[in-house]
Amino acid sequence: MKNFKKPTEESKAVQYVLIGTSVLFLSLFLLLPLAIIFTTAFQKGLDTYWASISNSEALAAIKLTLIVVAIVVPLNTLFGIISAWLISKYSFKGKNLLLTLIDLPFAVSPVISGLIFVLLFGAQGLFGTYLLEHDVYIIFALPGIVLATLFVTVPFVARELIPLMQAQGQSEEEASHSLGASGLQTFIHITLPKIKWGLLYGVILCNARVIGEFGAVSVVSGHIRGLTNTMPLHIEVLYNEYQFTAAFAVASLMTILALFTIIIKNLIQWRTKETTL
Amino acid sequence: MSIQLSKVEKHFGNYHALRDISLAVEAGELIALLGPSGSGKTSLLRIIAGLESLDSGEILFDDTNVLTLSAKQRNIGFVFQHYALFNHMTVAENIAYGLKVRTRKNRPSKQQIEEKVAELLQLVKLDHLATRYPTQLSGGQRQRVALARALAVEPKVLLLDEPFGALDAKVRKDLRRWLRNLHNDFPITSIFVTHDQEEALDVADRIVIMNEGKIEQIGTPTEVYEHPASPFVYNFLGNVNLFKGRLHQGTLQNGDFSLQLPGYEEVQIEETVGYTRPHDLLISKQKIPDTVTALVTHIHPIGAVVHLELNRIDTNEFLEVEIPQEYFRNLEITKGETVYIKPKQMKVFVEDYVI
Repeated sequence: MKNFKKPTEESKAVQYVLIGTSVLFLSLFLLLPLAIIFTTAFQKGLDTYWASISNSEALAAIKLTLIVVAIVVPLNTLFGIISAWLISKYSFKGKNLLLTLIDLPFAVSPVISGLIFVLLFGAQGLFGTYLLEHDVYIIFALPGIVLATLFVTVPFVARELIPLMQAQGQSEEEASHSLGASGLQTFIHITLPKIKWGLLYGVILCNARVIGEFGAVSVVSGHIRGLTNTMPLHIEVLYNEYQFTAAFAVASLMTILALFTIIIKNLIQWRTKETTL
Repeated sequence: MSIQLSKVEKHFGNYHALRDISLAVEAGELIALLGPSGSGKTSLLRIIAGLESLDSGEILFDDTNVLTLSAKQRNIGFVFQHYALFNHMTVAENIAYGLKVRTRKNRPSKQQIEEKVAELLQLVKLDHLATRYPTQLSGGQRQRVALARALAVEPKVLLLDEPFGALDAKVRKDLRRWLRNLHNDFPITSIFVTHDQEEALDVADRIVIMNEGKIEQIGTPTEVYEHPASPFVYNFLGNVNLFKGRLHQGTLQNGDFSLQLPGYEEVQIEETVGYTRPHDLLISKQKIPDTVTALVTHIHPIGAVVHLELNRIDTNEFLEVEIPQEYFRNLEITKGETVYIKPKQMKVFVEDYVI
């Protein structure tokens, strides 16, 4: 029948209103800002743009961000795999507590996450005097930034893997053991291939957040130019000094990174769908 | 390899999954663990495999206690109900896996592995699918890959968890005949779990019937079918008609009729149940003494045996009768007709007095 309408199908008018609202909303809050970032960044020409992202302070910020990524992403990936393994394969006392703890960084404001470390390792903090005596600098230095970022991005990989591994069950792993494989062999040959797309997805989300983390890092970094400024902090400094073009130039760089991340993420999602079919 | 279980106990939390399980499996036997879901049969199989721990008891493979050995060390082949194939590996890679993960010292050469895989592929008749991935295979083909993979490591014991449970009826029958033949050619001690009576009766050398974590009876298919040790076994193995009544001086009084039960003269029970298989009921269109009157409510005439569903007039209870097709044709029974029924054989379970 031509006029047949499935019970779950909306009328044309409703469809157009819904689509229209979404498009309008996305344009206003996503596309428009994106356009503004790029137009402002290139407002004063390519030379200024290049100068803004290639001066020593900008380069130091980029370098610091990449160092933090290089330390934090692998550590949280490792932690994510271990905790997901633990939670999906074993039942033990305190399992729910562990799950809650993994979620904690999502619930806590990043500023507070940063403050925790200042209170622990700052000059007036719990271990402050001890650290000062031994010439160990955590706050207003790289270790502090790494710690704060680590804390904020703990859930990303674990949260991605736990439901996946729980849903997959472990009969393949049991089959592997019954065929004589060791725990490590089973992990490498069976578990890792099973979770690789989910794992990569988690790593990408984690990576994006590490690059973009502002609140927690802002509290512990001290905003020392060319030393403890990550890219988001560098943008804020420039913006506060009314160097809009420079701020937007660095912002555009981060935007490009983010866009790439989203593209890779979507490729992976598409790939995962294909393999699970 | 023979398997000896003694006094195996298992709890899952508060749930008593296995109670005092003792069982001896001889080398080369094909054993079925049969029972309804929740009877503990899969738990028992997983405990034998080393995939699950037990609370107390002993397991011996030949004369070796294997309790401290992990699944990896027990040299078993395990076939899972849902195949548990490695989906990212081809059929050939799946089969080769158990050989490839061996330590360098025990690992066969690449060529030996290839030969072994080819041989097994031939055995399960899947040579043409060696390079396919499991997701590209049908259920029956997947289960055969799983079997080949388990056999590749030359296990001393083959354990199968509802191996044909997820397959459709036709494939199921083919595979089960194939398993029987395979076992004849390669008599590996095998235990398989099933909830399908027909499958157990058809394939196994001996059947272990389980219920609520206990073993109800162990015996050959004929033994358990002809001489069920308990009402549960009687009920579980095939269809059955129940005659509730009073047993007195060798006579069971049930509704309108009384039935002589030779051998029960000494027993007197106010309330008992007589069990009769559908093919042990005599059906007649003429009234003869000591029969009960019933209405034919449904006729299922397909196959060599005709199934009749009847409704007793006196007690309004449901009865099932099976008669040969030829006999059915001679009788000319139609739906809605009145017939007369009499049990040719009946079994009564009296505590400590089973005949």
